[in-house]
Amino acid sequence: MLRIEGLTAEIEGKQILKGIDLEVPKGEIHAIMGPNGSGKSTLSYVLSGREGYDITGGSVTWNGQDLLAMEPEERAAAGLFLAFQYPVELPGVGNANFLRTALNAQRRARGEKEVDAMAFLKLAREKLKQLQMSDEMLKRNVNVGFSGGEKKRNEVLQMALMNPSMAILDETDSGLDIDALRIVSEGVNALRGPDFSALVITHYQRLLNYIVPDRVHVLMGGRIVRSGGKELAEELEAQGYGQASAA
Amino acid sequence: MNAVTGGAGGFLSRFEGLRDRLPGASLERVRALREAGAATLRAKGLPGRRVEEWRYTDLAPVAQAHFTEALTAVGESPALPAARAPNRIVFVDGRLAEHLSQLPPHAAPLAARLEAAQELLAEDGGLPLVGLNAMMFEDGLFLDLPEGADAGTVEVLNLAAHGERPIAFHPRHVIRLAPGAKLTIVETSTGPAGAAYLHNPVYDIRVAEGASFTHVRVQREGRAAFQLSTIRARVAAGGTYDNFTLNAGGRLVRNEIHVVLEGPKAAAHMNGAQLVADGQHADTTTFLDHAAPDCPSRQTVKTVLAGKSRGVFQGKILVRQAAQRTDGYQMNQALLLSEEAEIDAKPQLEIYADDVKCSHGATVGALDPEQLFYLRARGIPAEEARAILVQAFLTEAVEGVTDPIAQAALEEAVSGWWEREAA
Repeated sequence: MLRIEGLTAEIEGKQILKGIDLEVPKGEIHAIMGPNGSGKSTLSYVLSGREGYDITGGSVTWNGQDLLAMEPEERAAAGLFLAFQYPVELPGVGNANFLRTALNAQRRARGEKEVDAMAFLKLAREKLKQLQMSDEMLKRNVNVGFSGGEKKRNEVLQMALMNPSMAILDETDSGLDIDALRIVSEGVNALRGPDFSALVITHYQRLLNYIVPDRVHVLMGGRIVRSGGKELAEELEAQGYGQASAA
Repeated sequence: MNAVTGGAGGFLSRFEGLRDRLPGASLERVRALREAGAATLRAKGLPGRRVEEWRYTDLAPVAQAHFTEALTAVGESPALPAARAPNRIVFVDGRLAEHLSQLPPHAAPLAARLEAAQELLAEDGGLPLVGLNAMMFEDGLFLDLPEGADAGTVEVLNLAAHGERPIAFHPRHVIRLAPGAKLTIVETSTGPAGAAYLHNPVYDIRVAEGASFTHVRVQREGRAAFQLSTIRARVAAGGTYDNFTLNAGGRLVRNEIHVVLEGPKAAAHMNGAQLVADGQHADTTTFLDHAAPDCPSRQTVKTVLAGKSRGVFQGKILVRQAAQRTDGYQMNQALLLSEEAEIDAKPQLEIYADDVKCSHGATVGALDPEQLFYLRARGIPAEEARAILVQAFLTEAVEGVTDPIAQAALEEAVSGWWEREAA
């Protein structure tokens, strides 16, 4: 269970999050919708531990732990996964090597046995097949020369390999065509279960046709202004954020 | 220090005693070259920082050291690493050790072939270190490939064998490729960790029409050593000189390359990487002379610096009026891993032709925080993430080299550098 209470954060002296209260119970998928500049990405970065944000108040606890006190790599090893809105290119770093290094770093941190190259390849191929991705993807440098859709699929591939208990998807739908959207959504839905929860951050309702959320929250001006069931997403789509926040 | 000779006095007085005993003493041209070299050194001294080309590299530690000649016993057999290629030429303290070498065809010790090679020895051109080399050289590689010969990949190992006292050696390498000949040299220089020796090699290279010379140099000198190398290559029409130099060792190192593209469609690559750790100084300085039309040139030099270290890149490209349709590209990138590291980069383009395509660029920076966060968000601890990004920079720096033997030599020098030097 993820519990955010009164979270305020600023970047370069500018307050972006102005008191977020949010609970994501274990096994549930929640969507956060909101217009540009509402603080959606800031929330995802603060939760994953990116530098440059000053947490000025509030708390985030995850499975009873103080999430904000953990290093980004500790959060990952504890099962938190951030799918980046803009996946970063790593020239000179092979994708296969990167994925295995990451997987093993997490396993090591949890005191689990590392996966050898052969076992990793088998696992990776299986996940690639599920995501309808070519094995070629493993041979390339991380995200270098990938199309927008390929980068997002690579994020979902990483998520499938890391098998997190909590995923934050930061506008994973942006730049995806319908086919890619479906594949990415299937990747998320495959993880669904009593031990997996997710925070799906999106601007559009479209993604939520494929990843059906248990709850929808509207983020505006750094606060959650409304929460509701999955039908709230449709209402937002029909009426726009202005109307919905006023309601 | 003697103001007139600028630290060169020791070398000059040793030359007085040695001049009649050095190889080629009976050959007029060799004698003349040595005297000319001595005159250049006497007039200019070791280059000081007031000379524009030496602004960023201070030879004071070289000038202050007292070097003597190597007393390498004939037949001495230092421990050698496993050979990478069937033909390996081993130098010990600047002398070709035939008993340790498998000489390829058309290769010989320069000292034994000076009469044939003397016409190929280039004048010092007013360069004090070339003058010093001309004055003192005892041996080197003489490789004279006939028309159409393919020498394959030849390994060269330059060993400094003695650590007890500072020695200086000045090998002279003369390499000529006749039309259509092909050659790859993979050269590694190394020596004892604590020995303050000076390795001052000079290369006279001629690449004739349609010939192709790939020259990979891996500089892994001992960490108290000085290496000051000067390469001068002339490339005729349709020929290629492809140089890749890795600077990884030494205390103070200068890799100076002069290439003249003399005929149409001659090509030059002057790529390199410099790994500069605490206490090291590495300088790559290149002069590329586009003297003929339709010549392409490519240069990418990457420098990574850790601790208190200094890196220098100076790259001058001259495009003469005759060199129409020149296609030049130059890029230098530096990765600074510490606050105390310093890089001086000076690209210089001088263009007199009007129809040319010349691009150049430079980047200097620290590790990208976005990349670091991406790795850490995937569970990779900060230190390991840094190591991965440094390794990636190095991998990219050497990836243009395609010869597998060269790749292996570079890989060995590069892998784990960050963990060894900076962690």
